[in-house]
Amino acid sequence: MTISGVALLAICTLLGVYLGDLLGVGLGVKANVGGVGIAMILLIASRLWLGKRGLMSHGLKLGVEFWGALYIPIVVAMAAQQNVVAAMEGGPVVVIAAVGALLLCFGLVALLSRLGGTSETMDEIEAKSLVAAEAARVAAGDPA
Amino acid sequence: MSEMITHVFTANALLTAFAVVGLVMWLSNAISKYLTRGRVHGSAIAIIIGLAAAFFGGVWTGGEKGVADIPVLAGIGLMGGAMLRDFAIVATAFEVDVVQAKKAGLIGAIALGLGTVVPFVFGALVAAAFGYTDAVSMTTIGAGAVTYIVGPVTGAALGASSAVIALSIATGVLKAVLVMIGTPLVARFIGLNNPRSAMVFGGLMGTVSGVSGGLAATDRRLVPYGALTATFHTGLGCLVAPSILYLAVRATVGG
Repeated sequence: MTISGVALLAICTLLGVYLGDLLGVGLGVKANVGGVGIAMILLIASRLWLGKRGLMSHGLKLGVEFWGALYIPIVVAMAAQQNVVAAMEGGPVVVIAAVGALLLCFGLVALLSRLGGTSETMDEIEAKSLVAAEAARVAAGDPA
Repeated sequence: MSEMITHVFTANALLTAFAVVGLVMWLSNAISKYLTRGRVHGSAIAIIIGLAAAFFGGVWTGGEKGVADIPVLAGIGLMGGAMLRDFAIVATAFEVDVVQAKKAGLIGAIALGLGTVVPFVFGALVAAAFGYTDAVSMTTIGAGAVTYIVGPVTGAALGASSAVIALSIATGVLKAVLVMIGTPLVARFIGLNNPRSAMVFGGLMGTVSGVSGGLAATDRRLVPYGALTATFHTGLGCLVAPSILYLAVRATVGG
């Protein structure tokens, strides 16, 4: 049933937001603390739980995935209702924060991917799997 | 005649929003495909159109809620409001493959941690340098430097002003756009040619649209690896930015 997926998603979201509120009260912060993140973890956990018991029906998946697929359009709608006029007054903050964060992250990618030594490139992996497939074909006695 | 059309739009506000946003997405994908040859992801273009529309809506109505202040487009307010936004973001967690994610291992986790903390600290410092010295604004703009999702989620959770939330979204969107455009240019210099570095890249850069756009323009085969860690990025950011990171900022600057 498709509604079971939508309901599961709604329950996880409501529970996550509630736990986030509770966590906020517990930490003495007048805010929701990580409610969305908690809800995501709940959803991953329930997916694993349902999958293990073979309860993951097509309808259930559809109910959740439909909303996941709508996330970019919803973000577009969210962007369209922001107070951009006010944001424009702080222009340089945006440019400096974005460019700076980007450059720092590019630098860290270079550093981290070199830290563990070199690893196989996509080309090498693909070539290897081609060779393996060829070998398996020959081993199976396929003359072609 | 036009009054009747207006009535249909306002009486079915959410449906109008679906139709309008759908048209914007379609237009954006066409622009992405034909004008940028797929280099700039359609979703990034759509978000920029959304922000631009919010700007003109704000100028036109003098309100604070972008196009949602225009009566026929009020449904945009519901569609992009906190309820459906959180609902859809939680739904994306369904795609995370835990077994594959474990293969990213330690280096992916390190990248995720650094990818959250480093842009956050930098963004918060820039915010402070420009006079946004209260803990909520610093945290919200810092979170925006993580991703354009973490920014508004954090801002909404902490009760930041709409102007600060808009700044944080703009920061995240600009970062995502720059990731898409810049990645193919720097790929060679940062060793972006294998699954492992793609996972590191996804963890550090965040935004699924930025990462998938940037990797698609570099090497399509790297996309799933980058997206795998990137999907954790938003969840992690939404979890730690309004909590641990906010508390750390508040402890540092007070209030």
